[in-house]
Amino acid sequence: MISAIAIMALGAVVLGALLGYASIKFRVEGDPLVEKIEAILPQTQCGQCGYPGCRPYAEAINKGEADINLCPPGGMEGVQRLADLLGREVKPLEAEEKPKAVAFIDEQTCIGCTLCIQACPVDAIVGAAKQMHTIIADLCTGCELCVPPCPVECISMPQITENLDNWKWKYPVIELKKVA
Amino acid sequence: MDFSTPPYLLKNASVQRVMLQVLAALLPGIAAYVWIFGPIILVQLALTTATALAAEAAMLKLREKPLAMFVSDGSAIVTAWLIALTFPPLSPWWLVVAGTLFAVVIAKHLYGGLGQNPFNPAMVAFAVCIVSFPALMSQWPSVGLQVSFADQARVVFGMMPRLDAISGATPLDTLKTALKLEEGTVSVTQLLADQTVYGFFAGRGWEWVTGGYLLGGIFLLWRGIISWHAPLSFIAGLTLLSGALWAWHPAQFANPFFHLFSGGAMLGAWFIVTDPVSGCTTTKGKLIFGFVAGALAYLIRVFGGYPDGVAFAVLLMNICVPLIDHYTQPAIFGMKDKP
Amino acid sequence: MLSLFKFKGGVKPQTNKTQSVSEPIAVAPLPSRLFVPLHQSIGGTPQPLVQAGDRVLKGQLIGAADGWISSAVHAPTSGTVRTIAEHVAAHPSGLTTLSVEIEPDGKDEWIERTPIDYATLPPERVRELLREAGVVGLGGAVFPTHGKLTASKTVPMDELVINGAECEPFITCDDLLMRERAEEVIRGVGIFRDLLQPKRVLIGIEDNKPEAVAALQAAVAKLGEKFEVIAVPTRYPAGGAKQLIRVLTGKEVPSTKRSTDLGVQCFNVATAYTAWRAVTHGEPVISRIVTLTGNVERPRNWEALIGTPLSEFVALGQPKADTNGYLMGGPMMGFEMPAMDAPLVKATNCIIAGSPTLFPPKAPEMPCIRCGECAKVCPHELQPFEMYWFSRAHNFGKTQEYHIFDCIECGCCSFVCPSRIPLVQYFRFAKSEIWAREKEKNAADQAKARFEWKTEREEREKAEKAEKLARAAAAQAAKKAAEAAAAAATPAAASDATPEPATETAVAVTAQALLPAATEPATTTDAPVDAEAAKKAAIAAAMERARAQRAAIQPKNTENLTLLQQKDIAAVDALRQQAGIEPSPAAEAEEPKS
Repeated sequence: MISAIAIMALGAVVLGALLGYASIKFRVEGDPLVEKIEAILPQTQCGQCGYPGCRPYAEAINKGEADINLCPPGGMEGVQRLADLLGREVKPLEAEEKPKAVAFIDEQTCIGCTLCIQACPVDAIVGAAKQMHTIIADLCTGCELCVPPCPVECISMPQITENLDNWKWKYPVIELKKVA
Repeated sequence: MDFSTPPYLLKNASVQRVMLQVLAALLPGIAAYVWIFGPIILVQLALTTATALAAEAAMLKLREKPLAMFVSDGSAIVTAWLIALTFPPLSPWWLVVAGTLFAVVIAKHLYGGLGQNPFNPAMVAFAVCIVSFPALMSQWPSVGLQVSFADQARVVFGMMPRLDAISGATPLDTLKTALKLEEGTVSVTQLLADQTVYGFFAGRGWEWVTGGYLLGGIFLLWRGIISWHAPLSFIAGLTLLSGALWAWHPAQFANPFFHLFSGGAMLGAWFIVTDPVSGCTTTKGKLIFGFVAGALAYLIRVFGGYPDGVAFAVLLMNICVPLIDHYTQPAIFGMKDKP
Repeated sequence: MLSLFKFKGGVKPQTNKTQSVSEPIAVAPLPSRLFVPLHQSIGGTPQPLVQAGDRVLKGQLIGAADGWISSAVHAPTSGTVRTIAEHVAAHPSGLTTLSVEIEPDGKDEWIERTPIDYATLPPERVRELLREAGVVGLGGAVFPTHGKLTASKTVPMDELVINGAECEPFITCDDLLMRERAEEVIRGVGIFRDLLQPKRVLIGIEDNKPEAVAALQAAVAKLGEKFEVIAVPTRYPAGGAKQLIRVLTGKEVPSTKRSTDLGVQCFNVATAYTAWRAVTHGEPVISRIVTLTGNVERPRNWEALIGTPLSEFVALGQPKADTNGYLMGGPMMGFEMPAMDAPLVKATNCIIAGSPTLFPPKAPEMPCIRCGECAKVCPHELQPFEMYWFSRAHNFGKTQEYHIFDCIECGCCSFVCPSRIPLVQYFRFAKSEIWAREKEKNAADQAKARFEWKTEREEREKAEKAEKLARAAAAQAAKKAAEAAAAAATPAAASDATPEPATETAVAVTAQALLPAATEPATTTDAPVDAEAAKKAAIAAAMERARAQRAAIQPKNTENLTLLQQKDIAAVDALRQQAGIEPSPAAEAEEPKS
């Protein structure tokens, strides 16, 4: 009886020592989970989650301070992927998911004040003081940070519509039976 | 042309056609069965078919799938017939019904229905029943005993007590028990010479049934429903292993011919390992699947606790199918010289 | 004799070709309207060169090629440009594309065409001519041909394969082209041969077209060329470029390599024909041979203008009453035309009128039973059922592991599937999802990089500003200390005792010069007023510095003024004088500074 307990105890001590050694010797440097979380986020840098950029939001999620459903540009797909990665519950988005849009400056109204250029987090606006400003559509992420600073409200956010360039084949749906 | 997608011209093919041809291929074996053992097997076939179709319809209703197209595809009937042919023909009706229900409801529909089952449903039913009711599942009719069809039916439906005289062990089982009992004092060749039990080469009466399955298998090969890889490698696996041991110690081990034509080996080779849903899909995979299943079947037969190892061998290989498929993917067009 | 190779897989559907080969090619009459899409090839979209209301001639350039991989677009007949607007495209989506609408004037007047002897031109010029003439692959892929006419620098060109196979059922346009215009096809092949310099030229035609084989062989013999015209066994998709290359040369081209990397290139016979017409006769690509077949009274081949609306084209064949749709292309890989005013484009090789009897509605999709029939017939030896399972599960990583991008969407797998699964549609869905995700990921990576650069730049600017302020503050402090020291010492010594760490010499000079002026108030007033005066002095010093800088600016564009510029300046100066404003610095520069 005593010998059985002693052997079990010895086994536990040996295995514990091995685990401790492994946790020190094979420790992974850095915090790769934050990188993985950041890779899922859409990099819009819009701040709608309440954090100044996608990286701070990723770090907050990692620490457990933030919930995973605060990012509207990522959509429900982003929430789903974060949930899969972190093993957390899938919740509906806090804010409403808006369709993808790209900013557009009305050139007749623009006064060249550069306030929007300073606001854009990804430098997608080209222009200079007292010169015409214009949005580089390919670089715009649709974060809408340029809209409030504009003093003449010349920036609109038209939605990206389907055209021959961005058209996708749809998931094949075959009629099996009439519903209703 | 609403809902229509290319290609707009299709070859004449359907799941139903495939299944009907499999059923047709089973007919020679069933005919031999009836000839040798009487028409009771037809009762069992009818019982299992009815149960399978009813179970399938009920499950489809529960899963809210369209009934007509799925019940008519014939896959449930194939499962039902295989169960009827692998269970003893005088099994009580509730045993075959239970087995069929287990196969259709649990082994097929709870995994997702047609095309989604990882295990062969008929083999699952056999394994479950033989483990739960080993005595009942080993009561095979001895050949030569003349029992009327009416009496046989009464036995099946529980209206007559099960006579020991009617049911006994299969030739395989008999050989195994005999060897164990005689403990080396008698050789296999001596035992096999008893034609009343062992027939011409593999078991009196049984050899004709398994011969019928072989014919059916060749029919399926000719029609292109199955490919030769799995059946021939199963036969090869069984033959090689049994042949090797028989060559080493002919007194202790039966010859490969005996093993091939007794028990479920032929049915297994042509109808069970060729099941597309639960078997391997790559050609190399099929070869490995068949060969190892054949070898395993032999090992379980000879060294294991059950008289026939085909069911367990197939189930064990079903577990390995995704792994085998993954590692035997063939090189594609244009990438053949890559390592 | 060339020994042929085999490719695995393939199917043998009913060919349905005899209906449309009994009559020769007819030239389609002018339609009432033409809608010419600008984007008719793979690559960049041409910019329109005409406006609404312009009169155009037949063959006139209306869209110049945009970039190297792009092809020009021309007016198919003479007439007036009505509009340049979005019009429904010949595309399964039914979306629109920018198209030039031309109203023919009935005269069919050509532009000036100059026949060229291409042998006198350098190869680059010939390629440019093909690009300007709008020559694209007419087998269906519409890749700009000039982009395929450069041999690899490292691998010698062994074989030039010419594709006359036409394996898809119903289509017979290449068949009749080879029968009727064999010589011009061979001459076109000669152009490709001269540009690529292969060791051999192999022309592959399916053996169900013996007349075409004979016609091309006769043409080759007549022109004295050494091309080999070979009949390949009929099996769909023997006309696929990679499959034909395999049959004729034994080489297997994977999706990761270009065929030129293996020393082989493949062109369609119709492409060769249009290349010849373009280079030698100066005729750009404005028409093509289209097979009109299926549920029509008169199936035959027509030479139709690019941009002909579908409704006017099918009327030529008199479609029967029960026609319920039109396919562009063949029954294996074609798609349903979205609207009756969709135009014929360079890729349109065939229009099939469909009916419920010809193309019966398909049985509903059953679950996959993993029977493996699809894998048996796949010409690229893929596992279609595996790709299907993963596409359904939206597991796109796995579909790529099973080589989904090697799929040529030929339709053999869907053709044989007993469960009637539209496999190709699942693969197309998976491929477009993968591309969309890649695009999104690239955009996200770029946004992240730009955000990081911007943050870095802002921080750098902040740091520089802080540094400058710190330096300026230090300079101020040093200056004050120096002033205090100078105030204590004699005024004469003040001028050379100031440790001035200023970086600009102008500042140093002016500061030095102004220092005596600044120190005087310091010696005569009290300490608190000292600070006040020092501040005022600093402001005055700064203003002086600014003025000196302005004065020191040398405008760069005041030398060597042209007569026009001088006249402009004089006019502006006159206006200034009238308004009573100072004359410009340019005028001042000529006078000595006060």
